[in-house]
Amino acid sequence: MGEKVLMKGNEAIAEAAIRAGCRHYFGYPITPQTELAAYMAKRMPKIGGVFLQAESEVAAINMVYGVAGTGKRVMTSSSSPGVSLKQEGISYIAGADLPALIINVQRGGPGLGGIQPSQSDYFQATKGGGHGDYRLIVLAPSSVQEMADLTAKAFDLSEKYLVPAMLLADGTMGQMMEPVDLSGISEPEKAEKPWAVTGTQCKRKHNIINSLYLVPEQLEQKNFERYERYKVIEENECLYESFMMDDADICVVAFGIAARVSKNAVVAARKEGIKVGLIRPITLWPFPKAPLAQAADKVKGFISVELSMGQMIEDVRLATECKKPVVLCNRTGGMIPTPEQVLESIRNMAKEGK
Amino acid sequence: MTTQILIAGFGGQGVLFAGKFLAYKGMLEDKQVSWLPSYGPEMRGGTANCSIIISDDPVGSPIVSTPDALIAMNLPSFDKYENAVVSGGKVFIDSTLIGRKAQRTDIDAYYIPATKMAADAGIPTLANMIILGKMIKETGAVSFENMVDVMKKIVSAKRAELIDINIKALEAGYNYEG
Amino acid sequence: MAIVFQKPKALTDAPLHYCPGCTHGIIHRLVAEAIDELGIEGKTVGVAPVGCAVMAYDYFACDMVEAAHGRAPAVATGLKRALPENIVFTYQGDGDLASIGMAETVHAATRGENITIIFVNNAIYGMTGGQMAPTSLPGQVTQTSPYGRDTATAGFPIRVSEMLATLDGPQYIERVAVNNVKNVNKAKKAIKKAFQNQVEGKGFSLIEVVSSCPTNWGMTPSKALQWVEEKMIPYYPLGVYKDRSAEKEGK
Repeated sequence: MGEKVLMKGNEAIAEAAIRAGCRHYFGYPITPQTELAAYMAKRMPKIGGVFLQAESEVAAINMVYGVAGTGKRVMTSSSSPGVSLKQEGISYIAGADLPALIINVQRGGPGLGGIQPSQSDYFQATKGGGHGDYRLIVLAPSSVQEMADLTAKAFDLSEKYLVPAMLLADGTMGQMMEPVDLSGISEPEKAEKPWAVTGTQCKRKHNIINSLYLVPEQLEQKNFERYERYKVIEENECLYESFMMDDADICVVAFGIAARVSKNAVVAARKEGIKVGLIRPITLWPFPKAPLAQAADKVKGFISVELSMGQMIEDVRLATECKKPVVLCNRTGGMIPTPEQVLESIRNMAKEGK
Repeated sequence: MTTQILIAGFGGQGVLFAGKFLAYKGMLEDKQVSWLPSYGPEMRGGTANCSIIISDDPVGSPIVSTPDALIAMNLPSFDKYENAVVSGGKVFIDSTLIGRKAQRTDIDAYYIPATKMAADAGIPTLANMIILGKMIKETGAVSFENMVDVMKKIVSAKRAELIDINIKALEAGYNYEG
Repeated sequence: MAIVFQKPKALTDAPLHYCPGCTHGIIHRLVAEAIDELGIEGKTVGVAPVGCAVMAYDYFACDMVEAAHGRAPAVATGLKRALPENIVFTYQGDGDLASIGMAETVHAATRGENITIIFVNNAIYGMTGGQMAPTSLPGQVTQTSPYGRDTATAGFPIRVSEMLATLDGPQYIERVAVNNVKNVNKAKKAIKKAFQNQVEGKGFSLIEVVSSCPTNWGMTPSKALQWVEEKMIPYYPLGVYKDRSAEKEGK
């Protein structure tokens, strides 16, 4: 184990990305993720990397697309309104089957919204966001250590499956400092990327990075192939944390900052004798359906704790096939549920049917 | 043990730095810590605050809504957070800038003329560390040993002269009896 | 037997899809000749636009990337930053470069990105069937300016070369045409220089090629070339608008 340092979540992402071999960063300033860009601006020139403040989020994501085509590790970061602007490029990257990492340090919306933390881009991240048949691999860190670890993981998964990955954090995760150990993060071995555009050297047929297929049969086939890959990802890459679930009658489901708040509530409820546990999705896509489906046979109900008007709750209902009631415990617009609010929600469910 | 601390004041009073110092100290004692600032336009001269949690167990929510210890460095912060403090909790009040006493009787209030002490000692920007010193003494959230090691971690080598005066400020607060 | 004419190596064997009389074919050829003559095909990566040249990735034999509409200069920026030793060019039309992609164009120029942009200005959106472009002339009838471009409501055409030449970033900006042999030869020289500049690390070069669109202008190819001479070139005068190397030599 290496030395622990106290770092902001945004900085931990940046340092982890660098350690994981990322040497190309493109971004545009927006609160609350600006520390990430600032960190990159400071570090990249010293290690022969590229930091470029683009003219817009639209340009930044297209610069990412360009680098991704060369097979090199590349990333961009933004917050909700900026990530909306990036959706066009994300769709193209997905359509061209390229790896890339997009960071969303979410803030409240819609529109210009606010700058306080939020999870209301869940739909955008997990259901598409841009146009067309595609998915992103979506990872939701719940600590500064995970901000770092999942950044490296996201690069690896993205390159393994040629699917763009998104780290879905929020303003709290970005701004908070916690001890973090980065010694476990290193550059992977260089892999062959025969698809990359690096010049033919006049030795091979030209490579084309493209998402245009005017013959519908061809486009359909491309989408079929992509979804075959998605199936493999769903089978192999689901990540979640199960907390006090062994004997639980009630299952709280929450990710990111909401999961941390919920943990306090679960511990408090246990002290009151309520058998409650927490399932924390770490991958939001693929969504950990299996543990929720299993829990549905044992618990009396689910509480989806979210910093939104209720978005993940739809996936909880789908995963549990509505076998048991799923209620929402939420705040929105930049507000964060308190442990007391979640505890109250747990108590209410415990009382029912007694 | 878990100590939830809220430090609040004006932007520019070193609220975030004091919190960062505290979190770092906790980390170097192998405790679980978190530090969460308020962020946004209010940082530039408005009110600023930060939540610090120091615990023997993993930290759940990093948001401190019911502090065990409150450091209030201006009146608006004291007005806003006095009622949030847990029963039996401690509040540390910069009495140079806050004219009133605590209204609650179920909390321990400590009045430290930190801004005046800092000015008198020729370190006018370090009221934050004076009041932090007192808080550390009364809460025991972290020990008062090896403070210089922590300072070296968070003050850049280029500004090493700041280390001594910060330690001086911490000690002044730690030793303050009033 | 002496070979008097052959296809440049930097073009593939794919038959071009362009309309009869369209000058894209000529411009493709000029780009390919420049690549051949500089011997850079093996290290060149091209960026295709959205517009009539959307399938240019099938025609150029070098590695190619298809960009989103207007984003080619941003994509090229990413490519060039990741591959500083390679040669990166974009091939864009007027809607792509001067309307939806104007921000990307201006900022790539002002950063002085060491890339080459071939800007084909035919004053109309061709692929979508003849709508008004940012470079359509005042009074020009298109599908979306059926009574002629009314500058009171649709504004004025943008002279891209003149505008970009006001920036400090670009190395070389020239406007050429391909409506007659003499102009084609000049265009060839300019395009080659724009690539040569990149090989020498000199920075951003953009060649605006005044082109024609017989199909959407509703003219025969020869009439269209005449229209280029009589209408387009007076509004878009040919010539060098910026050349930093010439400036250094004191002209």
